Parts: sequence; C-alpha cells; structure tokens
Amino acid sequence: MSEPRHRLMDFVREEIMPHRFCSGCGCGTVLNAFTNAVEGLGLDSAEMVCVSGIGCSSWIPSPYFRADTLHTTHGRPIAFATGVKILRPDLTVVVIAGDGDVAGIGGNHLIHAARRNIDLSVFMVNNMIYGMTGGQVAPTTPAGVVTTTTPHSNVEPPFRVADLVVAAGASYVARWTTYHVFPLLESMQNAIKRKGFSFIEIMSQCPENYGRRIGLRTGIDFLKQFKEQALRVEKANGMSEEELKDRIVIGKLCDKERPEYVSELHRITREQVDKLKKEMGGAA
Amino acid sequence: MALDDNKKRYINHHGGKTYFLLGDEACAYGAIYAGCDFFAGYPITPASEVAELIAEELPKAGGICIQMEDELASMAAIVGAAWTGARSMTATSGPGFSLMQENIGYAIMTETPCVIVNVQRSGPSTGQATKPAQGDMLQARWGTHGDHNIIALAPNSAQECFDLMQDCFDLADTYRTPVILLMDGEIGHIRESVVMPELSSVRHTSRKRAERAEEIFGGQELIPGMIHYGEGSNVHVTGSTHLANGMRDVTTPHVHDELIRRIYKKIDSGREDIVRIETDTVANGKSRVGVISYGASARPARGAVKAARAEGKNIDFLRLISIWPFARKQVAEFSRDLDLILVPEMNLGQMSREIERFVDCKVIAVPKIGGVPHTVDEIHQVIMEAVS
Repeated sequence: MSEPRHRLMDFVREEIMPHRFCSGCGCGTVLNAFTNAVEGLGLDSAEMVCVSGIGCSSWIPSPYFRADTLHTTHGRPIAFATGVKILRPDLTVVVIAGDGDVAGIGGNHLIHAARRNIDLSVFMVNNMIYGMTGGQVAPTTPAGVVTTTTPHSNVEPPFRVADLVVAAGASYVARWTTYHVFPLLESMQNAIKRKGFSFIEIMSQCPENYGRRIGLRTGIDFLKQFKEQALRVEKANGMSEEELKDRIVIGKLCDKERPEYVSELHRITREQVDKLKKEMGGAA
Repeated sequence: MALDDNKKRYINHHGGKTYFLLGDEACAYGAIYAGCDFFAGYPITPASEVAELIAEELPKAGGICIQMEDELASMAAIVGAAWTGARSMTATSGPGFSLMQENIGYAIMTETPCVIVNVQRSGPSTGQATKPAQGDMLQARWGTHGDHNIIALAPNSAQECFDLMQDCFDLADTYRTPVILLMDGEIGHIRESVVMPELSSVRHTSRKRAERAEEIFGGQELIPGMIHYGEGSNVHVTGSTHLANGMRDVTTPHVHDELIRRIYKKIDSGREDIVRIETDTVANGKSRVGVISYGASARPARGAVKAARAEGKNIDFLRLISIWPFARKQVAEFSRDLDLILVPEMNLGQMSREIERFVDCKVIAVPKIGGVPHTVDEIHQVIMEAVS
C-alpha cells in the first residue's frame, strides 16, 4: 500500500522536496499557511503567478510552490510583478519575499506599488535579519541588537513596514506572526480577494542567524515570544509609543476600496482604442 | 507576434504617410509598428520623447505605457511583461542605462526577449546631462556582470530609428534575448522625414514556442522556445543558474558551463543574420585609407569622405549599423587593402579598439567628446593628414 498523500502536495513541487529551510525556520509555516489559503479559496495554481526576490523566504514560492514562478533579482519582485499583472490582469499575482528584499533594497518599489494600488498580494516575511547571507543587520532589526555587521550593537530604529504601506495608500494591510497561523491564513485569503494592493507583514523567525545572537535558540522560543509580544490592533489603538515598545501590533491595519491601477490603465487603453475606431469610421 | 486588430487599425491609420519626427519619436512609432504591447520607463534627457510619444500613441494601438519609479523597476516590469507573451520595451539614457544593468543581466540569463533603447548622452555620471555622446558602446557589451553576449544596433537617422526598432523586436524574439537600440542624443533629437509603411509591408518574426516546460531553458535546442505565464505549465524562471526545466542548480560546474556557453553561442552563431553594415568603397585596391563610423558620427564622417574624394583622394567608408555582435568578418574584409582606418566616434576610442582586434592595418581613433558632434571639417582634416 502506498503512503497516503497529503492533500496540499498538489500545491508544491514535490519532486524537489525535501526543502532546504533550516530547522525551526518560519518559512515552512508561511508555505503551509499559503498553500492552505490557496486551497481554501479554490484557486487553481494555473491561474497564479508567484514572484519572489532573493533571500530565504523567496524560496517559499520558488521553487516550492507549484505555479508559474518568477524568481527575480534582489529587491525587485514587485516591479517585475507589475509587468506581469498589467499584461495578465486575470491572473492572481502574489509576491512572497523577505524584509531585506521588500523593505530594504526594494523599499521604493513597495511604496510606489501601494500608492498605485496595483492588484498584487505581497506577503513580506519579516525575520528581522539578512539570514541567507549570514545574519547582517536589516532595516527591520530592532535597535540595540548585535548582528554580524553591527558587532557593537545596532543603532538604527527598525522600520514598521506595515504602517508604512498603510500610509502609502494600500487597499489591504495586515500584520501577523508565524504563531498566529489561522488568522494569517484567513488574512492571506482576504488579501488575495481584495482588488488592489494587499500587504501582509508576517513576523517570522530565523533561529539560525538571528535567534542564536539574541538568546532565542529555537523556533519554539520565537513563537513563545511572538505570543507574548502580540497585541491586537484594536487594543493598541490609542496606546502610547512607550506602551507599544517591544510589542507586535497584529491584525488588519486597513481594508478599503480604492480605484485599482491595472483596471484604470486598461480603461484608458479601451477609451483610446474606441476613439481611434470612431475616427476611422469603424474600419478594422 | 501577430499584430492584433488594434495594432493593424493603428498602422492603417498612419501607413503611407510621411511625418517630420525626432529620432526619439520615430523610435516610438517604430515600436508600435513592431507590435510593442508594453512600455515602462522613467524620464531622462535625451530619451524622454520616446516615452512621451509612446504614452500618447501606444494606448490607441491597444498597448499600455507606464512610468515606473526608476529605471530598475522599468527594466523589471518589461521582463515580467515579456513572460506573459508581450513585446515589451523601455527607453533611457546613460545614467538610467547604468541602473538597468542588473536586470538586463537577468533578461540575458532568463532568455527574455525585450528591447532597451539607450539614447546615449555625455558621461560618466550626470556628465553633460542633455548633450549627446557615444560613451556607452562597451557598457552595452559588458555592462552587466558575468559572461554574456548581447545584440545592439545603432541608427544614424530618424528613419533608421523607426526601421531598426522592428529589427530589434524581431531579433529579441528570434534569439530570446534583450536587444539594445544604441542611439545617441544627436540622433534622438534630430528631426527628419520618416515614411510610415503600409500595413501590407510590415513583417514580423514570431516568437518560438515550446511545447514542454521541461525544455524552455535548454534541451535539444540552441534557442529554446518559450511557454508563457497563464498557460498552465508551472513555468519556473530564475536568474540563478538553472537546468533546462528552469530549476535552480547553482553547484554543478557543467550545468553553469553549458548554460552560459549556449547563451553565448546562440548569438555568436547568428552573426550572419544579425550583422548589418553599410559600405561605400572606391574601386578595389585603390584606397589606402578607410573610415569606419556609426550613429551620429557616421554623418560628418561620410561628409568628410565625400569631401576628400572631391579632392581626388580614394577613401573607403564603412558604417556599422549593428554594433554587437561585432561585424568582425566584414570589417576584416573591408580592411584587407588598407594601410590605415580612421574611426570617428563620440568617445575617447571605444569601437576603434574593437576594430583594432580584427584588422592588420593601423587603426586611429578620431575621438570627440564635449557634447558636440564632429564637424565634417574636423574629420576631413584628419583624413587629409592621413593621406599625405
């Protein structure tokens, strides 16, 4: 008798398993939530394009998720995805990449995509470190932390990326952690369904290249900390900066309808085509 | 790509007319004639008129033009678009071209057909921001890191900007590679008559398609066919070294070796098809001095050759229309009976070095920088000194 096959195996490139994520890494949890979200939505992966950049979490879609995949240069997945989405608005285009990629080197593309409100879902896995390259400080690393490139402690405050994306004009923004897997899964589904720019900041763990320098040796250590740090956005509203120090505000930060970029572009093209048709008296 | 009804209607609307256009504008019309579906760019002098005209006209032909936040994003967006089956392009100048280099490398590595127009201006850095130059000839060849090959064409009139855009898109699809229209600011801002062809005379090369996703990055073919996104094949595209099915393998030496040699070879082996030159030679064996030039420099160079001939000097002339791959065979043949080749170019001697590699005679650069093209007199004087 053959081994029973997991129902989500249809959504991963089984032939290249086992995966290469380190023990305790949060990327597996994100892949798990993502495949569940896609299955739950009844999405056919043939109608999806997954775009990623460079870094550990970019491996979640490339190579592991089975769909059309564009594994781009470092920092640029949102810009590449923009070209895909404009030409194929009918496809669901999802970007999964890390904090260094999306908010560091690629931060400019992030804010402009949010401003345009292009119908992409961007899931940024924030492990607060450059993990793949060996644990260098990231724009999301808390101040005071020792990393390989801040051996005498990090003097920079971290970006609160989700808040930045809200301010830039995105339609849907949420923040969750790898501890909050079910709300994360549901949030991914809402992000994909929302027409417009959707962004989820997923606080995740890197025990290997971050945790071991801050005393969180295992994935479980991180999850426990995420559980303690997490604070629902409803409760956080009205709290002072001081009270919110060291807390992770979780939940839906915004969810609104706004004109969507690609639809607007296609509207203009349709209008211009019709105008020329009319001018030429309907000739082909 | 076959032209859809919207593009055919657009061409029918313009076909047979003669317009008085900037080189940049001619390039934009040429792109639409070539079936361009998507343009992404960022403003920069002297290339902005390409984007401005495309923004005005492309939607009328059913396409979409966007302005991105920078040149990195522009280059990224056109690569993404190409994988949906679109003909896509961007246009820029020196500083923007520098910024695009990493993603041009991505397009080379992923064998993505797309077109980059570089209306060269005086550099390095901001340089003489608006002034023309030909300083990016070698950056076009070697700008992105790693071993690679490239196709670049250099027009020397507004009409040729129009015509070569179609060649650029066809070559990009035929060789599955980014192609550079290596203009200069002088040609971008020249205003000349451009004849817009009738629809019946417009020809397009179709992009080769693959049937199996396992072979879109290799297999039996020197130039594999493509499968586009949304066709249900789970296509995997990566800038990392990969197998024929697109899956990453960055550790096996022969995988990298075979991939890069194939990407290199597919353009090298197409030399006869890609190379475009124009020659104007006097009767065989009479001439001891030749002039090779390209782009804007070729115009005063040709004028100087004419002037020298009027004074009884036998001077041969060759204009490079394709820059890369280099017309090594044609240049070697051209040089056979010559003692000396003069190379007027708007840089301190970039193509003159390449020419030197393939000829036995002496090669002297006739450089001009400062944002002003050569005058006929300047080149004429050099020719007359050379022949005396």
